[in-house]
Amino acid sequence: MTLATGTTRLATLQDEPPAASPGGPADPILVVDHLTMRFGGLTAVGDLSFKVGRGDITALIGPNGAGKTTVFNCITGFYKPTEGMIRLSQAGGETYLLERLPGHDVNRLARVARTFQNIRLFPQMTVLENLLVAMHKPLMRASGFSLAGILGLPVYRRAQEEAIAKAAGWIARIGLTHRADEPAGDLPYGDQRRLEIARAMCTDPVLLCLDEPAAGLNPRESADLNTLLRMIRDEYGTSVLLIEHDMSVVMKISDRIVVLDYGIKIADGTPEEIRNDTRVIAAYLGVDDEEVAAVEAEVGLVGTSAGTTA
Amino acid sequence: MATGSTIGAVAPTVGRRSGAAFAEMLKDSALFALVTLGLSIPVVAYRTDLGQGTGLELTGRWGVVAGLCLAVFVLRLGQRLILGEVSRRREAHRIATAGAPPVVARAGRVLGPLTLIVALTLPLLAALGSGGLSEGRYWIDLGILILTYVMLGWGLNIVVGLAGLLDLGYVAFYAVGAYSYALLSTGFGLSFWICLPLAGLFAAAFGVLLGFPVLRLRGDYLAIVTLAFGEIIRLVLINWVDFSGGAAGLSSIPRASFFGIPFTAGEGGFAQTFGLTFNPIHRIIFLYYLILVLALVTNLVTLRMRRLPLGRAWEALREDEIACRSLGIDTTMTKLTAFALGAMFAGFAGSFFAVRQGFVSPESFNFLESAIILAIVVLGGMGSQVGVAIAAIVMVGAPELLRNLSFLKAVFGEGFDPNEYRLLLFGLAMVCMMVWRPRGLISERSPSVRLGGRGA
Ligand SMILES: Nc1ncnc2c1ncn2[C@@H]1O[C@H](COP(=O)(O)OP(=O)(O)OP(=O)(O)O)[C@@H](O)[C@H]1O
Ligand SMILES: [Mg+2]
Repeated sequence: MTLATGTTRLATLQDEPPAASPGGPADPILVVDHLTMRFGGLTAVGDLSFKVGRGDITALIGPNGAGKTTVFNCITGFYKPTEGMIRLSQAGGETYLLERLPGHDVNRLARVARTFQNIRLFPQMTVLENLLVAMHKPLMRASGFSLAGILGLPVYRRAQEEAIAKAAGWIARIGLTHRADEPAGDLPYGDQRRLEIARAMCTDPVLLCLDEPAAGLNPRESADLNTLLRMIRDEYGTSVLLIEHDMSVVMKISDRIVVLDYGIKIADGTPEEIRNDTRVIAAYLGVDDEEVAAVEAEVGLVGTSAGTTA
Repeated sequence: MATGSTIGAVAPTVGRRSGAAFAEMLKDSALFALVTLGLSIPVVAYRTDLGQGTGLELTGRWGVVAGLCLAVFVLRLGQRLILGEVSRRREAHRIATAGAPPVVARAGRVLGPLTLIVALTLPLLAALGSGGLSEGRYWIDLGILILTYVMLGWGLNIVVGLAGLLDLGYVAFYAVGAYSYALLSTGFGLSFWICLPLAGLFAAAFGVLLGFPVLRLRGDYLAIVTLAFGEIIRLVLINWVDFSGGAAGLSSIPRASFFGIPFTAGEGGFAQTFGLTFNPIHRIIFLYYLILVLALVTNLVTLRMRRLPLGRAWEALREDEIACRSLGIDTTMTKLTAFALGAMFAGFAGSFFAVRQGFVSPESFNFLESAIILAIVVLGGMGSQVGVAIAAIVMVGAPELLRNLSFLKAVFGEGFDPNEYRLLLFGLAMVCMMVWRPRGLISERSPSVRLGGRGA
């Protein structure tokens, strides 16, 4: 779909009431409240509010440049939002305002982990080392901030054994045991993606944010990814927030979907609701360039935006 | 048969291609000659002499210009031919040896223990080699010098090789260590063994002091600020005369003693206590083993740190700072620890320097020292301990050895001092490394932990 059609359509549709249920999940782990992010004159995210249910897989979708990654960067402390609040409440009752935490504390204290749209592994370090770096916090404490570790005290050795066992578990789960001691940069693309997810999981997150985990994967790898993400949700109870373009992933595994276009939320609901949401169909879902006109005719939008679909 | 005809078909193509390549080279060389012509017309073609009265006389020198252009043409052509041949050979070699284990990595594994054995027995080897302990003094002194740089290289390796922070002012911490010992021992009469840890602490404190404001900078910016810091320390030492003795430095710093027993000839001296005949070489040998132990401690701590979460975080930081932050690693604190630990070892080395020399002055801590230490780390292969040690031996030992090669004097004349060509040699070594081993002598990174067959 072209960007031009997106804008105009959005403009014409804003007056209509939202189709999706405005309440959202009852027990949210993450509440994004009136989030706005401006870069100079460009509003990448405009007054966005949504909730991520505890134990859910929530998908954040939208066309290229819709502002999805920007939302992630705000949640994980890489950008300070221009306006708005991002509240994370852990199961134990602790609540953190993520936009106020220093970057690394979003993971260390609030336990939000993420992956990156363009994979960011430590390429020269081995697969195992990549996972051990993710267990920095507990290992650091066990090594007495390096003092006990330098002296080789058993406290640290035991902690390291445990960490290696945990890492080995994840390595086995993503099927990389035979390559555990190789530099992560030497792995094929799909393996790197899964390793990055495993690395994020090694920080014991309550919320896992994945930026296009299926990008560049073949259909079989995509299917494996679905299994992995379901497992993360069901076995670890980790809530997942997911940016994805691949609808075969999104529709199959999401409990809830938020749709962004030009930084503004255009829909929010279950996959069923999203699938049937007229604006989403028109704006985004399953519509190739050639089909735009047909779909628009179907949902009765011809009169308002036919002129812009070229 | 089929293969034969294929080869037959290919051969002329190759011949044609190399012919075309040669024509291209000729054209390229001609272009170079043309540029030379253009450049030399205003610069070389006319010589101006003061003529009669106020005028200038122009003397044409077209012969020289022609000679220059011809020389450039020939040189460029030769360069293209040789470089082309070299890269073709290398390509062939690469294809032939693809998949074979790297020779240098294997050599590194053997070289490490070998170097250690030589280092441990150096005084003995020197005595045997030159027919007596006192006669071997030169070698032991050289050993001390090299080991000082090995230690500094290993210390800087933590900052540059592991944490990936380019520090051009490392020598500042060396200076802090040296002056700490000099001032504490002359001012407060503290012994070396108390001053040593204090010097390390002071240097580390300076590392933190510098680190806090600058570690949010990256790459080039960090390098410039650390460079400035090194100069500031040196300038303060020169100008704060009351405190540091100014450019004249501090002298009569107490010499090292054997855990309280002085190396003197008289009553209660080292020789008498142990029933030996007095010999100044005892002190030198003691100093040698002192710096050897200090260097080995630096090495052990570094190797240990690599296997601890903090050391892994350093390496991770070098690889990807943003990913580190997303994994809950406090990047500023982590960089700061690397900076402080590196500085601490420089401080130790500095106080050793002061106790060995008995004299410190700001001149010993100029930028060139930082550059040499950094060159050792870069040449050695960032992050490789053995590589750094070998680089230090080469960089520090080679000019010293050159000095002793008397036949060089026969060739270049009596006044030839190879030490003056040290920088030239550094430059040459750097260029050669950039061409042949851009990632350092030993660039293989050994994992800090293994899943199959535990251990580093
Ligand atoms: N640091 C920045 N500075 C300026 N503009 C930015 C910055 N980051 C993002 N933007 C702009 O914000 C808009 C949204 O970008 P974002 O990366 O969030 O899109 P996205 O939805 O992730 O797209 P994609 O599907 O291509 O990944 C884009 O117009 C982008 O150019
Ligand atoms: Mg994106």
